[in-house]
Amino acid sequence: MTAITEPEVAQHAAQKSAMEPLIFERSKKGRRGYQLPDLDVPEQPLDDLLPAALRREEIQDEVEVSEVDVMRHFTRLSKLNVSIDAGLYPLGSCTMKHNPRINEEIARTPGFAWSHPLQAEHQVQGNLELLWHLEQTLKEIFGLPRVTLQPVAGAHGELTGILMVHKALAKTGNARKYILIPDSAHGTNPASAAFAGYQIKELKSNSRGTVDLSTLEAAVTEDVAALMITVPNTLGVFESEIKAMADILHAKGAYLYCDGANLNSFVGIARPGDMGIDVIHSNLHKTFSTPHGGGGPGAGPVGVSESLVPFLPTPTIERREDGTFYCDFSHPDSIGRMRAFHGNFNVLVRALTYMRSMGPTGLRRIAQIAVLNANYIRARLRKTYHLPYDAPSLHEVVFSDKLQTPKDVHTLDIAKRLMDYGFHPPTIYFPLIVSGALMIEPTESEPKEELDAFCDAMIAIARETEERPELVRSAPHTTPVRRLDEARAARQPILRWTKK
Amino acid sequence: MATPEDNRYAKSHEYVHLEGDVATIGITDYAQKELGDVVFVELPQVGSQLDAADELGSIESVKAVSELFSPVSGEVIEINEALADNPALVNTDPWGDGWMIRIRVTDATEIDELMTAEEYDEYIEKESAH
Amino acid sequence: MTNLPDPTDSSSSHRYISNAGEDIREMLATIGVDSIDRLFDTIPDAVKLKGLLDIPGPWSEIESRRWFRGLAARNKTTADHASFLGGGAYAHYQPAIIDQLLLRAEFLTAYTPYQPEVSQGTLQSIFEYQTHQCLLTGLDVANASLYDGSTALCEAVLLAERLTKGKKKVVLAKSIHPHYIDTVRTYIQNLGLEIVEVGWGADGRLDLDALRAATADAFAIAVQSPNFLGVVEDYDAIVGATEGLTRISVIAEATSLGVLAPPGQHGFDICVGEGQAWGIPPQFGGPYVGFMVVREALKRHMPGRLVGETVDVDGKRAYVLTLATREQHIRRGKATSNICTNQALIALAANMYLSLLGKEGLREVGLQCLQKAAYLRAKLREIQSIELPFAGPVYNEFVVRTPFPAETILADLEHEKILGGIPLGTFYDGHANDFLVAVTELNTREQIDQYVAALSAAISRERR
Repeated sequence: MTAITEPEVAQHAAQKSAMEPLIFERSKKGRRGYQLPDLDVPEQPLDDLLPAALRREEIQDEVEVSEVDVMRHFTRLSKLNVSIDAGLYPLGSCTMKHNPRINEEIARTPGFAWSHPLQAEHQVQGNLELLWHLEQTLKEIFGLPRVTLQPVAGAHGELTGILMVHKALAKTGNARKYILIPDSAHGTNPASAAFAGYQIKELKSNSRGTVDLSTLEAAVTEDVAALMITVPNTLGVFESEIKAMADILHAKGAYLYCDGANLNSFVGIARPGDMGIDVIHSNLHKTFSTPHGGGGPGAGPVGVSESLVPFLPTPTIERREDGTFYCDFSHPDSIGRMRAFHGNFNVLVRALTYMRSMGPTGLRRIAQIAVLNANYIRARLRKTYHLPYDAPSLHEVVFSDKLQTPKDVHTLDIAKRLMDYGFHPPTIYFPLIVSGALMIEPTESEPKEELDAFCDAMIAIARETEERPELVRSAPHTTPVRRLDEARAARQPILRWTKK
Repeated sequence: MATPEDNRYAKSHEYVHLEGDVATIGITDYAQKELGDVVFVELPQVGSQLDAADELGSIESVKAVSELFSPVSGEVIEINEALADNPALVNTDPWGDGWMIRIRVTDATEIDELMTAEEYDEYIEKESAH
Repeated sequence: MTNLPDPTDSSSSHRYISNAGEDIREMLATIGVDSIDRLFDTIPDAVKLKGLLDIPGPWSEIESRRWFRGLAARNKTTADHASFLGGGAYAHYQPAIIDQLLLRAEFLTAYTPYQPEVSQGTLQSIFEYQTHQCLLTGLDVANASLYDGSTALCEAVLLAERLTKGKKKVVLAKSIHPHYIDTVRTYIQNLGLEIVEVGWGADGRLDLDALRAATADAFAIAVQSPNFLGVVEDYDAIVGATEGLTRISVIAEATSLGVLAPPGQHGFDICVGEGQAWGIPPQFGGPYVGFMVVREALKRHMPGRLVGETVDVDGKRAYVLTLATREQHIRRGKATSNICTNQALIALAANMYLSLLGKEGLREVGLQCLQKAAYLRAKLREIQSIELPFAGPVYNEFVVRTPFPAETILADLEHEKILGGIPLGTFYDGHANDFLVAVTELNTREQIDQYVAALSAAISRERR
């Protein structure tokens, strides 16, 4: 075990010096950050082109800065962030893995980056072929017959999937009323189900954190359209009876929706289609390494079983006998279009690049090492932190602050103190079924020595909790800013800069 | 803070203080502590009619939101405008300046179904044991 | 499972996964199991794959470059052709430093800024982005981004519906981008709402008489300006005809805000749109960035993330995600939207673009678009048998009509290495001979002159 030097309060005082001003505060009259070629057509009087009533005055308070100002500003801002490139970023449910730069390079190929979404199909055969190959690859990964690539995020995929379920059921004469969602679910699940026109019934988890078949059986009535379930769930626990769950739902004419946020734990090991799952979305920015970009963009393709194929969003991408590709709008039962154009195409390019880099052996290794890494953390920390659910877990492990609360040190404090040790904290206070949850997902990217350093830091914090709880309660001490007054931000919201 | 004897209490942690046929409604000291820093209170419009157990609004802390329920039926005759600018009053003075709405009650017997201070104290003791 | 590789064997190592060989054995010993397979015991054998997935790879970077570049080479693009394509996606100038800055790991590979102490860079940038949106649209509160223009319109319609419980009808201008209208239809299909479309008049602007007739019982009206035909709408006239409705303005060409009247100063309550035109490459439709800006009174109904200013325990100014109780992770089934992941990195690019161009540049880009489009229109008017069917004022895009099918004419232009427009008949019946033409600051006078010559030649050729 490597020795941990305890970061002291004053150590990083220099780093806490003045913050970067807002770009608006850097503005000085007369500065410019761009140059256009001179206008090369004869200039018409503006009034002849556009009546004054339709024009605007100058954009009051917009900035005037040079390129140098902009370069310095954003470079300095960037230094206030931590990132996966700098080290372990163990956010549970978020799958913060290494983002290969070949993906970035290929996405920037001019043939992709400068192709226009409304070009004629014969002009963009390369793009359509790429989308087609991505669908084939996802079909194989999911074990399902079709995949739509239109959804641009996980929640967008959820909405797409539940709209398809609704339409399929409506076609039989009864769209039904309820979506069942376990109490351990992501908040997007109930929100998406509500947007799709359903009411939510929550299912209680059992002592393993999973859903009992008897609970499900009792809840599935003729009014239930689907169960939305995360596999493995947000504790990282695989629902071993998933197939029986599917059978219960199918027997009542209901569907099984899988939130694929945790696909990283079983990609290449098992396939959703083989589990009886009817619909699954996959967050390509998680399992397939497209960068998170500070909150997006992502992509959320949705795979469906045979009975839902007629309801896929339009257009679908199809291959003709002669090997050319086209957009097919001839799906009379389609739910329609989920977004303008073809979804987040250049996120899809990155994801397919990654799938090709990994291949079948690499994808399987992702799951193997991701699960190994998480279980290694679990093994190293389980004497130090309370493990509220003892069931074997896959790619993530959820601890709680139960052993620390007697010292009045809580999950939030532990998370903040981790920053002083140079780590991004895990996901905290989620899932909701764990009081004071610390949800740790290391992913397959992390080398053993990084995992050890993280575990050492967690153990050191537990020791500090016993010996110097105030140090933990007042953390972080070494970050660019310290704890924020979040109540003040919400009570009198200041949501934009205004000229003083 | 001791639970005032001259109020009645709902299981959803609202209190009712009745004077004549006017009920002043707020949330209890226990409830505001559980919520943490209150950042926003959404209240009904003056003149709206509420039935007992109707949702009357919601209260938000930084990371939680709770629905507020009216323990009694009647017409909303006043809302606490001060909460718009200073929602922290719910934290600092839940029994006084942190009140939320006043209702002209239509059925005073509904009050009797609510808990007394003593019953409420027992109730929250059980709740917090969970 | 004889064919499956042994994970501890060095032949199964992969360049993106550090742990191998001895490390794996040590970790398994710490865990107390003898193989990685044992960690998957909770997955029943019945659903486990018996072999490997049937997909290509693993590829080296050399192989990936070869294959993907081969695909890209099969596209004709706005980079290697003179492009006059618009219709909701525009080729504009992007300053070189933007992409360099976007590749900084601290922006590219960070997560949503839930932990503000280690995310001030992202948070401050979003706060700046929100400010730019407010200045440009004349409204008060902007969110941190939505997926794109089409879904931003969906969110706006749903927001407006929440404001006026009971009414179920929304009026959409038919001249809103057809993909946006389609997307709204998809979103609301189970929510008991009704869409009424109002068409355009002879000049291409919203038909005000039809509008007045349609507004009874409606909760909101949405119009796009410049609309899908390229015509700039008269906000004041529309406001006069829509008393009592929530008014939504849709912007599909964001650079137009540099010269056109801001909707917030002309009676609109919500402005949503597509920020792609702020220097984001067209990239076949995404990722782009949807924006939403609303009046102050609507801020608690806003979907998506919001960043606000506050202070830390030392009193230092700092930024944080705020008013989060609107969102799905707290309000779950009653949230203002289901959105979680948004388009943060593209919003960052937009912030950089708007900052670099600034007060002067945003106006100059707008004026160049306006002047160049006017130049092309004047040249086209000189050609007999070309018609510009809509007389309303335009910004940088307009409809051209010839006596021949649009596809035929555009195919002729393609031979001259010109992407000459978007056939309007794809979207509207009765417009088989019409196509949309867009001009930006990237189009040179030489390109425009060539376009006119090629179009003229194409018509002559078809005539023969």
